[in-house]
Amino acid sequence: MDTLLSIWMWFPELLRVFVVNLALIVAIVVPLMICVAYFTFAERKVIGYMQVRIGPNRVGPRGWLQPIADAVKLMFKEIIIPTESNPYLFRMAPVLVLGPSLAAWAVVPFTDSWVLANIDASLLYVLALTSLGVYGVIIAGWASNSKYAFLGAMRSAAQIVAYEIAMGFALVGVLMAAGSLNLHDIVTAQSGGIHQWYFIPLFPLFIVYFISGVAETNRAPFDVAEGESEIVAGFHVEYSGMAFAVFFLAEYANMILIAALTVLMFLGGWQAPFDVAPFTWIPAFLWFGIKTSAVAFFFLWFRATFPRYRYDQIMRLGWKVFIPVTLVWIAVIGVFRFFTPFGHWFQ
Amino acid sequence: MILQLSFYLFSTVLVASAMMVVTVRNPVKAALFLVLAFFSAACIWMTLEAEFLSIVLILVYVGAVMVLFLFVVMMLDIDIARMREGFAKYLPVGIIVALGLIIELVVVLSGKAFQLASMPRPVGHDADYSNTKELGRLLYTDYVFPFEIAGLILLVAIIAAISLTLRRRNTKYQTPGNQVKVVKSDRLKIIKMKGQPGAES
Repeated sequence: MDTLLSIWMWFPELLRVFVVNLALIVAIVVPLMICVAYFTFAERKVIGYMQVRIGPNRVGPRGWLQPIADAVKLMFKEIIIPTESNPYLFRMAPVLVLGPSLAAWAVVPFTDSWVLANIDASLLYVLALTSLGVYGVIIAGWASNSKYAFLGAMRSAAQIVAYEIAMGFALVGVLMAAGSLNLHDIVTAQSGGIHQWYFIPLFPLFIVYFISGVAETNRAPFDVAEGESEIVAGFHVEYSGMAFAVFFLAEYANMILIAALTVLMFLGGWQAPFDVAPFTWIPAFLWFGIKTSAVAFFFLWFRATFPRYRYDQIMRLGWKVFIPVTLVWIAVIGVFRFFTPFGHWFQ
Repeated sequence: MILQLSFYLFSTVLVASAMMVVTVRNPVKAALFLVLAFFSAACIWMTLEAEFLSIVLILVYVGAVMVLFLFVVMMLDIDIARMREGFAKYLPVGIIVALGLIIELVVVLSGKAFQLASMPRPVGHDADYSNTKELGRLLYTDYVFPFEIAGLILLVAIIAAISLTLRRRNTKYQTPGNQVKVVKSDRLKIIKMKGQPGAES
């Protein structure tokens, strides 16, 4: 052991930092990818049962190997690059969608001490990265040189710009309440039990943030960018095989990310709802996982329940309902912080 | 060492992509290169410990402004052949503008304020130093009046832009609330009639 350690210390410091960080990144991304794979499986099962079907049950025991079979199938398919498309941008687009949604996990605190990069402005960092994902969609739509893909990209661009403002304002409310841009500090500001979590004082912002998150990930009922009934599959019609699979992975990774961020900012992160015995036995990262899964379940529930919004309805909801609601509630928080029987939330 | 390397990397990318913005033919590609230029500028700011400004640059310019920009540029149907026709005609004007810009840049950059001596390396801060907090303190104390005036101008601009779209147009539109609230009796009238004699057999 000592010899191993001395060999390790013999490497230059730069290399050691690099290796350690790389290992940490792998330790986050690999479980995340497994979660994504089984989230797709969960979606098919959950929606299946909601629609009184069974869902996939053939591959492996009770269908457990279905996502692996899907991945293998997609890997062996040919990636077709349309003629007259822009080949570089066409190949780059899926990476541009997946990259930001993985990079955002760098600042997510899983427990009190488990965080890859505890940077000061991590809330802004997350917001900046989630706003970058739209480029992949726009570039995919444009580079495919196809009408339907292009229409999907246009819809997605307008929708994401509209909902990002509401999302940003909802986060302004959170950082006003916590007095910090750091996700770790935001979670610790909510410590003390379920009555301290921000979803109570910031309830309108919680709802606005989560629904904007659903819109931002292009999920039902906001999935006009895909809109298979009118524009086939939107921005990714022309993609096949693994290139399509990357879009698919990115969508699910984004959903898990939005769920995790909702948990961190409004539902107390890794903290137990009550500080008494049976709740404190469960380790912190498990609480984080349980809460994230519960929020992620809503994405599936929405998809099984609501019909798709019309495009003008989406725009009305974003600009005329959500943004005014967040603006009013920011003013309310500002008042509450100083004149207050509610001060215990905003320490 | 790392800091220097990353500075040279990001500034090379920045200058190269800025060059591509003006030289590349396709306007969509030019806009995408502009995105890359903004992004590398943000990375350079990050190495100066200005993380708030750098992330806001990404958030505002890359995340919102350039998306709208691309949105417009993609919709345009630009005929490159026709754009090249006027090249010779506009060349003298272009050269004059370019020369003017170069002279201005030389005058400004060779001045005292941009000498290396007057721009010392900023001192590093501890890990718990909050750039955001310092910026906020500065904006809301020392520069509070300029800041408020800028805010007011932006507010007026927003109101002006909204009022431009509020012109009363002569268009018919549906109110979704009324559409949803509709019940059978609004649309359907059931009339009891006597059967006509001889119609049935």
